[in-house]
This record gives sequence, structure tokens and C-alpha cells, in this order.
Amino acid sequence: MELFDVSLFASMLRLVTPILLAALGGAICARVGLFNVGLEGLMLTGAFSAIVGNYYTGNVWLAVIFAVLCTVIFSMLFAYMSIHLKANVIVVGISLNFLAAGLTTFMLRVIFDVKGAYYNKDMVGLPKWDIPLLRDIPWLGDVLSGHTPLVYLAIVLAIGLQLFFFKTVTGFRLLASGENPTAARSLGIKVTRIQYGAVLLCGVLCGLAGAQLSLGNVTMFTEGMTAGRGFIALVATMLGQSNPLGVAASSLLFGLMDALSLRLQGFSLPTHFTMMLPYVVTIVAMLIFKNKSYMQEARKANESSR
Amino acid sequence: MLLQMDNITKSYGSVAANSGVSFNLQKGEIHALIGENGAGKTTLMRILYGMESPTSGEIRLNGQAVSFDSPAAAIANKIGMVHQHFMLFPSFTIAENIVIGREPSKTVGFDRKKAIADVDALSKRYGMPVDPAQKVEECSLGVQQRVEILKVLHQGAEIIILDEPTGVLTPLEVKELLIAIKELARQGKSFIIISHKLQEIIEVADRITVLRDGKVTGSMNAADTNEDELSRLMVGRELVQLTRKTAAPGKPVLEVADISIRGNRTKPTLDGISLHVKEGEIVGIAGISGNGQSELIGAIAGLAKIDSGSIKLLGQETAGASVRTIRERGLAHIPEDRYQWGVAKDATVTENGLMGHANKQQKYGLLRGASIREMVAEWVKRFGIKTGSLSTKAQYLSGGNLQKLIVARELAQLTPFLIAAEPTRGVDVGAMEIIHGELLKKRDEGGAILLVSSELTEILKLSDRILVMYEGRIVGELASQSATEEQISILMAGGKRHGKAETT
Repeated sequence: MELFDVSLFASMLRLVTPILLAALGGAICARVGLFNVGLEGLMLTGAFSAIVGNYYTGNVWLAVIFAVLCTVIFSMLFAYMSIHLKANVIVVGISLNFLAAGLTTFMLRVIFDVKGAYYNKDMVGLPKWDIPLLRDIPWLGDVLSGHTPLVYLAIVLAIGLQLFFFKTVTGFRLLASGENPTAARSLGIKVTRIQYGAVLLCGVLCGLAGAQLSLGNVTMFTEGMTAGRGFIALVATMLGQSNPLGVAASSLLFGLMDALSLRLQGFSLPTHFTMMLPYVVTIVAMLIFKNKSYMQEARKANESSR
Repeated sequence: MLLQMDNITKSYGSVAANSGVSFNLQKGEIHALIGENGAGKTTLMRILYGMESPTSGEIRLNGQAVSFDSPAAAIANKIGMVHQHFMLFPSFTIAENIVIGREPSKTVGFDRKKAIADVDALSKRYGMPVDPAQKVEECSLGVQQRVEILKVLHQGAEIIILDEPTGVLTPLEVKELLIAIKELARQGKSFIIISHKLQEIIEVADRITVLRDGKVTGSMNAADTNEDELSRLMVGRELVQLTRKTAAPGKPVLEVADISIRGNRTKPTLDGISLHVKEGEIVGIAGISGNGQSELIGAIAGLAKIDSGSIKLLGQETAGASVRTIRERGLAHIPEDRYQWGVAKDATVTENGLMGHANKQQKYGLLRGASIREMVAEWVKRFGIKTGSLSTKAQYLSGGNLQKLIVARELAQLTPFLIAAEPTRGVDVGAMEIIHGELLKKRDEGGAILLVSSELTEILKLSDRILVMYEGRIVGELASQSATEEQISILMAGGKRHGKAETT
């Protein structure tokens, strides 16, 4: 067994998707001046409601839509408290994480009457797409083909979001609302509406992230299954300086570490040790990328925490 | 008549910010609105710009009664406002800042090329040169002001409200701005200028309306009035002429010898500065802001590290000492940026007053509330600080009143040495009179004061000796009796004192 082979990179893509989707959501929020620490909770809500949707409808696509809807509702809680009631965004985000953790555990018992995890062998996960032509390219085909649609959607969204931010009028106004809300308001830009829109979009993205986690990577739900991925996404947002492509790049790094940690278990390294890897890299990345622009981003984030 | 505001009243609870104010504007006219801080100028303009709604009164535009419920509505009616604190997006380019809100677009895309071309055309048409592709954060305040005006013009404004447009500008930039305003007025734009710089107002305005305590106390043609009359109408009493005793400098209090700070660019930020301030003396430092004054103050106050040289306060070396040690040895500091360094905006007037006095106002580590309140209340009375109560948050005080609070706090330290940086920036004539009086009083009592100001009139009025800074060096020293504004201006712009620099 080799350390770096095709399946490592294929699993990297699979594992990066939830992080990337959530990080993009975090980037949108950061760009309107709302530093969303609640990504973890939103993602967990998505993961759980995807399973619930699947259980009741039996249709995996309806399940994804259900997951997105539930997460959007949850994200509106964040929006209402931080935009409308002007609560501290950090506090709201953290409480959202706890709320999601408690609520999903509780609902797991209410709906499925199980503790810890829910698994049903009849449950169908997201389909894997074999991309014609692409799959025939040696090596690259094996890495890129055969993933769930959400994996491809995440890549398309990263590029789309980059274009949206820097090439469209609406995107420009969104950036303006985050940069200087007072000035934006004085120009008649509807800052509050844009902020709500941004959080809503973040909810959609986190819902998809959760669905990929519980219906794509595996087909089950376990308590706290996001296992800090929301926080890694948060770091990816900051490292990528809320630039969608930058966020994608830093998410890939964390995805690779995630994949590597799984792979290293095959090399008879202790599981708990390899599981530290993504988090160690996060810390190291923070130290390496502590350049000026990154610091400014962090400062901005701090200011936004009113 | 282009614009008429009749009998405008605006009350907040029992306080009337405007009561029965009438104001009008003709096409192509520059109409100045002056008054002390809190006189109701800004409120009146916020009503016109749709940011506040009047309690009663009527606004008519070209004879039609109008009411704006938002700035967007005002903008749609060709009214534009340049706010005192710039409303710009620092990381965006000049072009982006100007077109925002009405961006040129291709389907949903933002056509940045066209934005740059449009802004270029606009700046040429109105004779206000800018580089559209430059980022705003890299621009001087003068250019930022130009961007603000171009933005309003791009919105199609015919009536332009300027709130304290010259507050942060250098003398040269002010001159350019006034010329630009006159030119725009000639082209048919109408201006309302809020200001308390009387000299500039008389120079640029056609008509002047004076407000005091929310009421109009006078309205006249600029040609028929003078600074004395205007200040009387603003303050409601005669201003006392400051009498200056001749200086009697004693022994040196501050001795700065050859200090340098290496900048991160090629030029050093401070380059071999030497100066001294004696007892009973005010030394003024003139210069366009950004020529090393802030760093010099920082070095003396212990806020910035110097790379070489020595700073002695009362004969003791202070370079490298902590801010607290330096303050305890005898330094008080009125900082140049009152919001960043001077106050905590969310803290109360009392708490802000306590800053720096906490050690003296405690017993067994507990603060002595009554005694503190008494101390601050005395300042509020002596300096005429307008505040709701002692527990009002600092952010609700106007700039001038906040500045008076800071000045009172620092003077109360009763230190032998005081740094006064821009002590009257954005402050009205009444408050300025009080602050200047207090500074002179401290000097007459034997205090040593280092005054840093970009206002030449202030430098000339208060200083015993004047040093001019340019690019991190002291380029000239003048005795205040013989110095003229012209001489200093030339030195400030980097000209030679005895060179052939011609005055224009």
C-alpha cells in the first residue's frame, strides 16, 4: 500500500466537499461583515435533516432539499439575532453550535429511537457520477470521476462565487455592504437585505455540506459527526481571505490532510494520533499564513463582532 | 428659488435641535450654514437629505413640496451630501467608489472598464483630477474629498451639501477645494456648506446663515459681514481677545536630541530631530500632516520606538521607558485623533474623565465614586461641556465637547509638560477660545507645551517659537513675532526659507 496513490486524492475530493461548501458559506458571511462561527452547527443540522428527509421520503434528492430547507431556517436564527437584534455574532454563532449539537441528539432519539448513531442498510446514499470522457483519462479520471453530484457542485460554486463577487453588480454591492455598511446605507444600498441574503446562502451551502457528509461520504448519522469540520471550514475561510478560489485552495489542503489521516491508519499508526493531523495542520497553517492581509482579515472579523 | 426650507422644527423628546428654522438656496449659489457644535446645522441637513424627518415644517424644491424618507429619495431628487466622516470604501478603487449605487453594467456584470472611463470623463469635465484605478486607501485626504464630491456629481446632484469639508485637509488642499467649489457653482451647481471656519466661509460663500441653539440668528451676504460679526452671532456674546504675556522661558523641560525612526520605506520617518521646550513656553510644530509629526509625538509619549537619539524629560532619559513611567514623570498628552486615542466611545463621560486619574482617585484599590464625579463635574462646568449627564456615553457628545473633555482631563494632570496635538481639530470657535485660553494659562503658570497643529492660525496665535516639519526633518525655526503664514507655508511645502520660492 502506497501513501500517495489515486484513491488518496479521490478521497481527498470526497472529504473536502463538506469543508469547501461550508467555507464558501463562511466566506459570504464574512464578506458582509458577519463572521459566522456557527458553520459547525449549521453543517450538523444539514447532516441530520438529510437523514431525516431520506427516512421519510425515501428519495435522496428530496432529502437534500429538506436538509437545505432545515439549515436555512436554522441560519435565519443566526441572521435574526445578529442583524436584527444586533447581538454579538461570535456569541450567536457559538450558541448555534451548541443548539445544533443538542437538538440533533435529542431528535435522533425522538425520531429514530436510537442513541449515538442511526444506520439503516436499506437507506440509499447520493449516487456516484461517472463522467464520460473524463473517466477514461488515466489517473486523473480515477481521481475526478465517480463522485457525488455535490462534489462537482462545490467546485462549480467556488468558481461561480468568485465571478459573483468580483464581476457582478450585486456582488460588488455585497462586498460594499461588508466593507463599510454605513456608507453603503447612505447610498441607498439595502444592507440589511443583503446581509440576510448572505446568511441565507450560507445556510444553503451548509445544508449541502451536511448532506454530503451524511449521504455522500457515508450513509448514516452519528452524534456530532461534523467533528470540527465546521471550524476547519472557518479556518479555510480565513486562510483564503474570503476569496472563493483562495477558500477552495485552503479547503483542499485540509481535505488532503483529512484523507491522509484516514490513510495513515492503514499504516498501523494509532487512530487517535492520525486524527489529529488536520488540526495540527490548521495550527501550522495559521502560523505560516500570519501575513499582513490575513491579519487584516482577522481584525475586520473582530470588529464585526460588535 | 431652487430650495426652500420653511419653519423646520425637529425635536428629540423635549430637546429641540431645530426650532422654526428657515433656509433657502438659489441655483448656482454657495450658501454657508454656520454655528457652534450642537447648534443644529447637521440636523437641518440630515432632514434635507432624508436621514431624519422633521417634526414640523415644509421643504419645497423648485416650488414643489417634497419630503424624503431616505437618502435614496434625496439623491433621486438631485440632492447629494458629502459627510464629515467620509463615506468611502477604502479597499475599492476610486472609480468603484464613485459609481457605486449606479454602476454601469453589461447584463448582470459590473462593467469596470466603463466605470473607469466614466469617472475619467467626469473628473475632466469638472476639473477635479483623480486616478480612477487607484485604491482609495492609498489616497490623501484631499483626494478622498475630491472622490466624495465626484461621487455626488456622478449621482447627478444639483444641490450639494458639504458637511465640514475642510476639517481634515491641508491648507493647500483647502485652497484647491474652494477653487473647485467656486468653479462648480459657476457651472450651475448649488452648494450648502456647513462649517465653522469663518475665514474660508467668507472667502467662498455668497450667503451665510448662522444658527445658534437650533434657531437662525442671522442671514446675510458674505460680502457684507466679517469674522467678528459672525462669531458674535454664533456664540451669542463677544469673544474675548486672548492676551498674551511675553514669554518668560525657564529651564528646559523636554530635550530631544537627534532622534531618528527608520521608516519601512526608503526614507526615514524621523530623521535627526532635535528640539527643546522650556518652562513657560509653547513650541509649535507646523507641517502638513503625515510629515512625521505623529511619530514625533509617539516617540516623546513613549508610544513609538526610536532607533537612535535621546529624549530627556526633566533631565531624565525617557527613550525606551513605558508610557506609564513617562506620564508619571510629568507628561500629559492631548492626542491628535480623539476617537482612536482620546476616548472610549462606549464609556461614560465620567469614566473617560477618570482615565489617567485612576491611581489618584482610589482608596484600597476601590475607586472613589463621589470624588471622581465631583472632579469631572467641575470640568464640565469650567469648560462648558454640553452633555446630557455625567453618565452619558462619550459617543453621544459632539466632537467639540469631547475634545473639551479630553483637554480638561489632560490639563488636570498638572504635569510640567504637555503635548497638545491638534487640540482644536473640528472644534467650534467658542470651544476653541476656551481651549486656547487654557493652554495659554498653563504656559503662563510655567508649563511647557509642545503644540502640534496643521492649522497655521493656531500655531501663530499660541506659539512662542515655531518649528516646521517636512519629510521627517525640522526644516526651519521661526520666532512667532516675526513669522508670517506665508513663510511657514513655503517651509511646509518643502521650500527653502531663504530660497527664491515665490509666493503666489
